[in-house]
Amino acid sequence: MATYDWLFNMFGLRHWCDADASEGPMSMAQLLAKTGNAAPESKFTFAFPSLDELHKACGQITQTRDVVKGLEDGFLTIRPALRTVLDPVTQPLSWMLDGTLYVFTTAPWFIIMAAILIAVWYATRSISVVLFNAFCLSFFAFVDHFEPAMQTFAVILVCTIISALLGVPIGIAMSKYNRLQKSIIPVLDLLQTLPTFVYLIPLIFLFPIGESRLYGIAIVLYAIVPVIRLTDLGVRLVDKDVVEAGNAFGMSPAQKLGKVELPLALPNIMAGLNQTIMMSLAMVVIASMVTAPGLGVLVLRGIRNLELGVGLMAGVCIVLLAVMLDRTSKAALSRIDRTKSEL
Amino acid sequence: MTLKSKVSLRGLYKIFGSDDKEVLPHVKAGMGKEELLASHQHVLGLQDINVEMQAGKITVVMGLSGSGKSTLIRHLNRLIEPTDGEILVDGVDIMHLTTLELRHMRQNKMSMVFQKFALLPHRTVLQNAAMALDIKGVAAVEQEREAQKWLNRVGLGGYENHYPSQLSGGMQQRVGIARSLTSNSDIMLMDEAFSALDPLIRTDMQDLLLELQVELKKTIVFITHDLDEALKLADHLVILKDGAVIQQGEPQGILMAPADPYIEDFVSDINRARVLRVRSVMQDLTADKFAGDVDANDNLESLIAASGGDTALRYRVIENGKPVGELDMRELVKALVPRISSSEAGTRYH
Repeated sequence: MATYDWLFNMFGLRHWCDADASEGPMSMAQLLAKTGNAAPESKFTFAFPSLDELHKACGQITQTRDVVKGLEDGFLTIRPALRTVLDPVTQPLSWMLDGTLYVFTTAPWFIIMAAILIAVWYATRSISVVLFNAFCLSFFAFVDHFEPAMQTFAVILVCTIISALLGVPIGIAMSKYNRLQKSIIPVLDLLQTLPTFVYLIPLIFLFPIGESRLYGIAIVLYAIVPVIRLTDLGVRLVDKDVVEAGNAFGMSPAQKLGKVELPLALPNIMAGLNQTIMMSLAMVVIASMVTAPGLGVLVLRGIRNLELGVGLMAGVCIVLLAVMLDRTSKAALSRIDRTKSEL
Repeated sequence: MTLKSKVSLRGLYKIFGSDDKEVLPHVKAGMGKEELLASHQHVLGLQDINVEMQAGKITVVMGLSGSGKSTLIRHLNRLIEPTDGEILVDGVDIMHLTTLELRHMRQNKMSMVFQKFALLPHRTVLQNAAMALDIKGVAAVEQEREAQKWLNRVGLGGYENHYPSQLSGGMQQRVGIARSLTSNSDIMLMDEAFSALDPLIRTDMQDLLLELQVELKKTIVFITHDLDEALKLADHLVILKDGAVIQQGEPQGILMAPADPYIEDFVSDINRARVLRVRSVMQDLTADKFAGDVDANDNLESLIAASGGDTALRYRVIENGKPVGELDMRELVKALVPRISSSEAGTRYH
């Protein structure tokens, strides 16, 4: 006798329940009961009407494990369709990641360092930030972590660029259409609240392990959120009077965007990019579980093999890389702010 | 010289709300602002505005906040769409323009100066002044030359490479005026252009505007809540209250014959001797002995100074070299008291 027999009897469903009641595979509880290890059922036990519990009373109700199985099967059936769409769309991401990784791992260290420092100089015009970057890069090289650090850097670079290329237009569109904003904000909330591991699960099914877009997509999905949000906010916060002046002098919508809205929203967009960079870094470490190369692999090794030193050293490098990226992007942001307001 | 209307507003209505067209008949049937808000949740912005703005003249629209004056000026370039009515610019009803034609009109026929300046903070003063030409796609060299010319004209030569935030409010508004002049449009819309400036700077800017106007003869629509400013600048004064025109005409006429207690309140506070002109208070020529000649456009203050305060004197009024009337100092003193407005003074200016 199951706990909920009365429920089905009450509605006269007993006949329907027993229609073709075949002995399904046993549940874990039944299995345990057979071996005699199960806890003896107390008379006062009152089980929650879960799927498994209802199944005991009525064979027509599916068990939870069948639902889980159904989810998996469902996902597997739509997989080919999804792949025909997603494969060509995401292929360039693989190429970009592979190409950038190839450059950063094969070019000689002095060229990479010089290139990075020159780029930092042009972005920030700050000698102290350049010196700090030089120190960090030298430290990576000094402790023989230059290659993984550069792999991580390359992945972040590509993912940030992709996030900006996709996120800024999405943010602009959101700022223009309230209904679009209303429908996208829940998606952004979802992307930010989903535990980072959960991103990886559908992606593993969709793309063969070993393809770099697998982790690329996970990182972009996670890191694109702030740049979208802050672009939307930035464009909405643009001084209405200035936009009105643009209208009064006969600007076309494109001119308004290019000459007024984007330049005035730039500080906010840059703040979003700074966040995007930091979130890419967080995700690239976790994505090492799905073959993302770089420092994260070493952290993972530290955890899996209990190699404390390896994990710690990689951790220190990650922190340095994070500070380096943060300082550089913030210095670039403040330079933009300065040229805008006071000079 | 015959005056012709550059801009005409005919039967203009603006109702704010989602079903403005549906409630329009109620307003036309005489429903007031409060009643409309209570019964239909729509806000009455403008009702039955009929104004002719003459080419080459300054039309000042004056009213307190909430009277609809900023709404009114934004109808002239359709930054706000009217609920009903016609807006004629050079005889063309701009309500029938397509988006592209409207943009073209804004680029070529109208320019605007804003209360909060509305300059582009990331562009230099020179680039800001050249904005209108930049929008039109004029070559960079030409843009720079025009912008530089007008910056010099408004007294900002030497500041072209500064950013707006480095300038004081008055200087920023000079950039705003230069920007408007660079667009080379006939019509200038000035939305409380000087209201954000302190009184001394404001007087400077008013003088600058009048000085430019002598030379350029633009059609200027000027919005203000300051009666002194309105009287100083206006060729034609329109007084707005609760979205309706309660009196319009030559400023002197309004001053001498306020049509409404609201306007009386307004005019009672100003320095009448400075604003009123001889031609507004003179009588027909009857006597033949005069203490001297005065110009019809002199203000009373200067006449009082000339007479040394002697009220027994009588002056002959000259306009364009011909005697047109006489002015007894006793009449002048009476005119300085608000609301003497006799019916004959009222009829003279209609």
